[in-house]
Amino acid sequence: MAMKDVPDNIFMTTLDAAASWARANSLWPMPFATACCGIELMATASSRFDLARFGAEVMRFSPRQCDLMIVAGRVAMKMLPVLQRIWLQMPEPKWCISMGACACTGGVFDTYAVVQGVDRFIPVDLYVPGCPPRPEQLMAGIISLQDKIKHGGTLNGTEFARRDHSTGPIPFDKDELIRIREANEQLISLN
Amino acid sequence: MSTEDVLKSKFPDDALTFSQFRDNHRVVVPAAKLQAIFNCLKSDLGFDMLSEVTAVDYLEYEGATDRFGVVYVFINIATGERLVLKTFVNDPQPTLPSAYSLWKSADWLEREVFDMFGITFTGHPDLRRILTPDEFTAHPLRKDYPLKGRGERHNFPIVTRADS
Repeated sequence: MAMKDVPDNIFMTTLDAAASWARANSLWPMPFATACCGIELMATASSRFDLARFGAEVMRFSPRQCDLMIVAGRVAMKMLPVLQRIWLQMPEPKWCISMGACACTGGVFDTYAVVQGVDRFIPVDLYVPGCPPRPEQLMAGIISLQDKIKHGGTLNGTEFARRDHSTGPIPFDKDELIRIREANEQLISLN
Repeated sequence: MSTEDVLKSKFPDDALTFSQFRDNHRVVVPAAKLQAIFNCLKSDLGFDMLSEVTAVDYLEYEGATDRFGVVYVFINIATGERLVLKTFVNDPQPTLPSAYSLWKSADWLEREVFDMFGITFTGHPDLRRILTPDEFTAHPLRKDYPLKGRGERHNFPIVTRADS
């Protein structure tokens, strides 16, 4: 069938592109808001900044209804199993934004209780820097994620299958091992 | 009769040290007499609220003779009077009598002190950790515990994108 035979109200595309286009423009965020970044997240969703313009205004507090996890704020070590469980409960396809310095790296909270970056333990698609990031920055992040979905997404989610490594540093990276060794030496000198 | 006079007359043989800083009335008591002093504070002096229990680790502290100081803050709701009571305990097995039978607010406060400093309170009905996870083994506010921990914060399974 030649192109001239196709009526004007029919257009052609690939199934992958159509699915990605639909997914990118109807992201439903799961607000995992644990600290001040959560306030900026709420501001982003409310009328002044209006995340609804990008199709991502439907915050759902049930992980079963979400496809975009926004980790906003520091994650304590007691909270991390909860975070992982919520991530696993979200249906495919799903994406994750790590919002703010604390979620990305632990930020200023370099203590025994705070996880030094959620990307060590859950897969992260996009990092939004800032302490906390302004709503414009989070929206820029969501638009970038939409681009990423539109350009790399597939109907069956086969692009996810290749990501079998943690996106962040390994949990006990070199810096962490040095810190633990220093702490133990300090302990020995105390005793 | 002031709180100080009542305590001095009830416990004449114990070296209770009283001091005052502005409106803070403070007393340091021996740990062995803590239960008797609790009873006296509650029944004779009318301190009907225990507002705070916390502890201080004096490891490496200049001039300190004891390891832990445990601080209680009592309030007499009728008169508004406050009393800061302090006692000292030492390693190994720092142990104090629980205030739970007299003040129910001691429940979570003592659990927090147990969690952070490892001081046990005998007679507490449910002495579990309250802030850190149950499987945590250390007591993080002790001075010999490193600020950045011993790797507990990284001891979790990794969830990758392919398996989730």
